Amino acid sequence: MNYNWNWGIFWELNPEGTGTYLDMLLMGLRWTLAAAALAAVIALVFGSIIGVIRTLPGRALVLAGDAWVEFFRNIPLLVQLFLWYFVLPELLPRAAGIWLKTLPNASFWTGAIGVGLFMSSRVAEQVKAGIRSLPRGQSMAGTALGLTTAQTYRYVLLPMAFRIILPPLTSELLNTVKNTSVALTIGLMELTARTRAMQEYSFQVFEAFTAATLIYLALNAALTFLMRRLERAVAVPGYVTGK
Amino acid sequence: MSNSAAPMIEMAAVSKWYSPQFQVLKDCTTSVDRGEVVVVCGPSGSGKSTLIKCVNALEPFQAGTIRVDGINLSDPGTNLPKLRARIGMVFQHFELFPHLKITENLCLAQEKVLGRSREEAMAKGKALLERVGLSEHAEKFPGQLSGGQQQRVAIARALAMDPIAMLFDEPTSALDPEMITEVLDVMVELAREGMTMMVVTHEMGFARKVAHRVVFMDRGEIIEDRSKDEFFGSPRSDRAQLFLSKILSH
Amino acid sequence: MFQFDFDIILKTLPYLLKEGMVFTLTLTALAALGGLVLGTLLALMRLSTLPGIALFATGYVNLMRSLPLVLVIFWFYFLVPYIGQAILRTERPVEVGAFASALITFTLFEAAYFSEIMRAGIQSVPKGQLSAGYALGLSYRQVMSYVVVPQALRNMLPVILTQTIVLFQDTSLVYVISITDFLGAASKVAQRDGRLIEMYLFAALVYFLISFLASLLVRRLQARTAIIR
Repeated sequence: MNYNWNWGIFWELNPEGTGTYLDMLLMGLRWTLAAAALAAVIALVFGSIIGVIRTLPGRALVLAGDAWVEFFRNIPLLVQLFLWYFVLPELLPRAAGIWLKTLPNASFWTGAIGVGLFMSSRVAEQVKAGIRSLPRGQSMAGTALGLTTAQTYRYVLLPMAFRIILPPLTSELLNTVKNTSVALTIGLMELTARTRAMQEYSFQVFEAFTAATLIYLALNAALTFLMRRLERAVAVPGYVTGK
Repeated sequence: MSNSAAPMIEMAAVSKWYSPQFQVLKDCTTSVDRGEVVVVCGPSGSGKSTLIKCVNALEPFQAGTIRVDGINLSDPGTNLPKLRARIGMVFQHFELFPHLKITENLCLAQEKVLGRSREEAMAKGKALLERVGLSEHAEKFPGQLSGGQQQRVAIARALAMDPIAMLFDEPTSALDPEMITEVLDVMVELAREGMTMMVVTHEMGFARKVAHRVVFMDRGEIIEDRSKDEFFGSPRSDRAQLFLSKILSH
Repeated sequence: MFQFDFDIILKTLPYLLKEGMVFTLTLTALAALGGLVLGTLLALMRLSTLPGIALFATGYVNLMRSLPLVLVIFWFYFLVPYIGQAILRTERPVEVGAFASALITFTLFEAAYFSEIMRAGIQSVPKGQLSAGYALGLSYRQVMSYVVVPQALRNMLPVILTQTIVLFQDTSLVYVISITDFLGAASKVAQRDGRLIEMYLFAALVYFLISFLASLLVRRLQARTAIIR
């Protein structure tokens, strides 16, 4: 292979004037983390609301929840980001459109919110499945005790449902992190984008990608570890989830 | 009953452990002669299913030897698939292949293992289906048949390989009571034709009717291994007496 | 207020479909097929009793599943020419066409996801089925190919198809290496004619309709197979 390896590249200065190439990648990691964190919160909040709505008796609500999920699930994430970034500002009233376009860090906000909404449909599916997996007697018991529907969800159904779906939520969290890389298409300089930039400046393709790969692996491992800790911390004694 | 040749199935001091602490088979020694029908019975967990699965090496064992038609199973030179193809086996839960039609269930191993042509395999399969009285179900899927019908197909599937011996592992215990007879009838007929059979079952009526010998197992050991008349006449062990009184009381 | 220009869509539709959608659908179909075959092999390797083989398959699957697809696309975009060079022993890195590069990437990437599906499918086949196969004299290969894998495929068909819909949407990410798939074609027109709104809305609509209708079909299929089993 006629490729010039140079692992020392990470300690050389990058042409952006922001320190070494390593600094550049770590800056990218920070944006990845920030975008993933915001996206995860949005996905969790909206996903939970939509997921709950879809288990309620009201037909209109269920339909609205279904529509939400189908919309965000059946359009590629990349296209969704284009819609929010390029199309939405043009369709809004002029003033609002201009405000959106000139927003500082627009690609960050659009990317994070876009990924968050995209992931919310998948979280909603999990939440719904979690609630459905509980024995029907649970909600009846809540009602029989005189709890309102909201109280039954708050105190009886959701505490168990969330514990049950914690493992799949972990993998959705990891997906959220990975999906933030799609936002490089609208200009977010997250980890993958900076890796690509490093490759373009330095021509050290494989060193750059190997570093990014290792960082993603480490990030995965760390998040998985934290989520397992969380699972153990909230585990209900005597209740075995799944297999 | 046995002819001058060696027994069809010969087990000598077979032992099996699931873990160092848990021994499922302890020094099991018995044999099945050619044309002989041996019923293996005993309480659940006694190791009888494990024992019969050792005969065609579906279950590995750690000590002792098993010979089938003179071939040592533990010999590294033994071609296990080839040997298994010559021993028919019928399972508690039928184990027909649910994604294949009845005819395909009957043909699969004939074609893939014995190398028979589709026509030959089909003719054989159809004939055996006729014999177990299920010709009209040839093109159905296993899931469309009752349990008793599935088990009869499973017997036909095993017979299609022209086995030198048949192993039955609790063939009726997953069946509803009204379906047990139709399966036992097929087995009785087979026994009367002189098929060598080793049958794990609780059906003592079947044992009385066609068995030559009865092996009684408990906690992984062979407690009694005697002729049918001796066994039903006066079982010596307390455990066999207890077992029989429980089984025969209803 | 903004004026929606339907004409631009009608005018460029033949290009969008012939250039773009054909690429997208071919890539989806071939990558799904290749990924399924490779994924099944990986699943069998993972369930193998030989520790080296199982470890390799596990490592591969976990690595692929830990990385963003965008990064993997970049990886292979730069790596495949060198791999080609090593295999073909050529002087310089081999030039690989856009389609071949994308196909290799998506096949290898999807294989990891399909292998997880097939592993679950293979484990869902009762152990008695294997015993029955062995008892008939079938070899390991025969038991796997005639008894276990067909049932695993059948049990997992809805999941496999759902994953293929995800793959169909994911192929849009070849945008990052400037390949003209359906989105790429739409994007080219959008930038050439300054019609971002029309083209991106239209692309979204097309992706939505195909994915939504396909997922409805999968749900139907699921309901039907659920009754048979």
